[in-house]
Amino acid sequence: MTLLAVERMKLFTTRSPWWCAVLALAVTVGFAALMAGTASAESPITIAATQFGYGFGLMVVMVMAALAITTEYRFSTIRATFQAIPNRTAALLAKTTVVALLAAVIGEIAAFGSWGIATVIEPTADLAINTPFEWRAIAGIGAVYGFAAVIAVSVGVLVRHSAGAISVLLIWTSLLENLIMLIPRVGRDIHQWLPFNVAHQFVTGDPDPSARAIQDGPGLSDAVLSPWPALAYFAGFAVVLLVIALTVANKRDA
Amino acid sequence: MIEATGLTKHYGRTVAVDHLSFTVEAGRVTGFLGPNGAGKSTTMRMVLGLDRPTSGDVRIDGKHYRDLKLPLTTVGALLDAKWVHPNRSARAHLRWLAKATKLPRKRVDEVLDLVGLGSVANKNAGGFSLGMSQRLGIAAALLGDPKVLLFDEPVNGLDPEGILWIRRFMHRLAAEGRTVFVSSHLLSEMAQTAQDLVVIGRGKLIYQGTVSDFVENATENTVLVRSPELTRLADLLRADGVQVVEDGDSIRVANLASSAIGELAAAHRIVLHELNPQLGSLEEAFIQLTGESVEYHAHDKEPTA
Repeated sequence: MTLLAVERMKLFTTRSPWWCAVLALAVTVGFAALMAGTASAESPITIAATQFGYGFGLMVVMVMAALAITTEYRFSTIRATFQAIPNRTAALLAKTTVVALLAAVIGEIAAFGSWGIATVIEPTADLAINTPFEWRAIAGIGAVYGFAAVIAVSVGVLVRHSAGAISVLLIWTSLLENLIMLIPRVGRDIHQWLPFNVAHQFVTGDPDPSARAIQDGPGLSDAVLSPWPALAYFAGFAVVLLVIALTVANKRDA
Repeated sequence: MIEATGLTKHYGRTVAVDHLSFTVEAGRVTGFLGPNGAGKSTTMRMVLGLDRPTSGDVRIDGKHYRDLKLPLTTVGALLDAKWVHPNRSARAHLRWLAKATKLPRKRVDEVLDLVGLGSVANKNAGGFSLGMSQRLGIAAALLGDPKVLLFDEPVNGLDPEGILWIRRFMHRLAAEGRTVFVSSHLLSEMAQTAQDLVVIGRGKLIYQGTVSDFVENATENTVLVRSPELTRLADLLRADGVQVVEDGDSIRVANLASSAIGELAAAHRIVLHELNPQLGSLEEAFIQLTGESVEYHAHDKEPTA
């Protein structure tokens, strides 16, 4: 508990997490407002459509998570940390936990904020959350943000440089996963198992039978897992990456 | 007590620290001396468990650093004053350290007052001058009231006022009976602060012992003599097989007591204007010992006349 408190103090006594949180909320809620504002009678706003901007918020949250650890390397406060807490695994686990929890909270606020602003703008639309799909589409965002933060912290520990870690994360999520689909024959099969595509399946998979145009919400995932195993797969990927990062951090000179 | 045995660190093919063994006695100030690049900082990082030794071992009171419980209560260290987040206030920086060491919040304000940063506690550490950063680093080192303190080049880059402050602070810490291990590449600095010395060059141990022994053994004692009959005196001394160096209107006599020179002069009725024993400069002694171990030599070319 002490270590969690230490990492919480470290995180909130600098400004970048606050800025990233505000930016993530602005992007996601802003997109929801846009979607609600442009909805029409033929294509009414749906719950899935309110979450259109979650992918952009995800990137901001991953930048926040990566910065939380890479700035420690940048300013060598990681050394001060290991000096005070020589158990590196414990120190880094505490940081990962705090950052992931913050990411999850940002995710929930972003998701319910997006849904909330849509209900304000389009009070007549059917935006009641009642099916499991609708709950996943909104409340599931926090889980995805949380595990994505674990991935971002792990990459940050491995790469140690802010620019490098952020490049790896953004290129991976926004470019590489889609480019792999272009590989002849095997590309699509590989893509089905790529972590962020699978995470997307948790949020958008098993949609309600109410026929819904795809362009009204985030594009659908082509992952073959059903939503809950998809989340477990994503979490598993995050944990494997974290274990690798912790092993390396323990072996390496600080 | 800090005890290093066969401590070795390789970075790729570079050997930074080479089978280094030394002890830092409890309750004394030990200077850790060596030219730049000799491996002092690497050694200190290994003491703190930050860098992993390639081989060998270093223990504090018989324990590895990573096995210390709440290590900041046993060992305080200032390795680099810039190891703070520039956008975090001095107080916030010390608060998380205090929390990690299970110290009460009021201890933070105590050490801030102790180093004279109480009035700027809420300012971001990024705006601090080097001297202020150094004070903040010392505050962090003292936070857990440790018995053992490590300082790496604490006066480097400081203005005279800052140097004086640090020097006084070291004396005070020593007077409180703490073990202080402080590195420097300036021997004169060490001579004013330390009782014991560990001297290294190119990662190897060159000397371990007291400062006074180091100065006595490693320096050449000369006597500066001025006299109106300088040439006659010089010749007389040379006739006795004494080494004499002429130096403008004076001579330097090596390895002969000033009393012997005075008696010789009196016996030959030579007037002396000055008879001044020169303590060998510490820097000379240092260079004499570490000369072969300096990693980066400036190759002075002999003028070819």
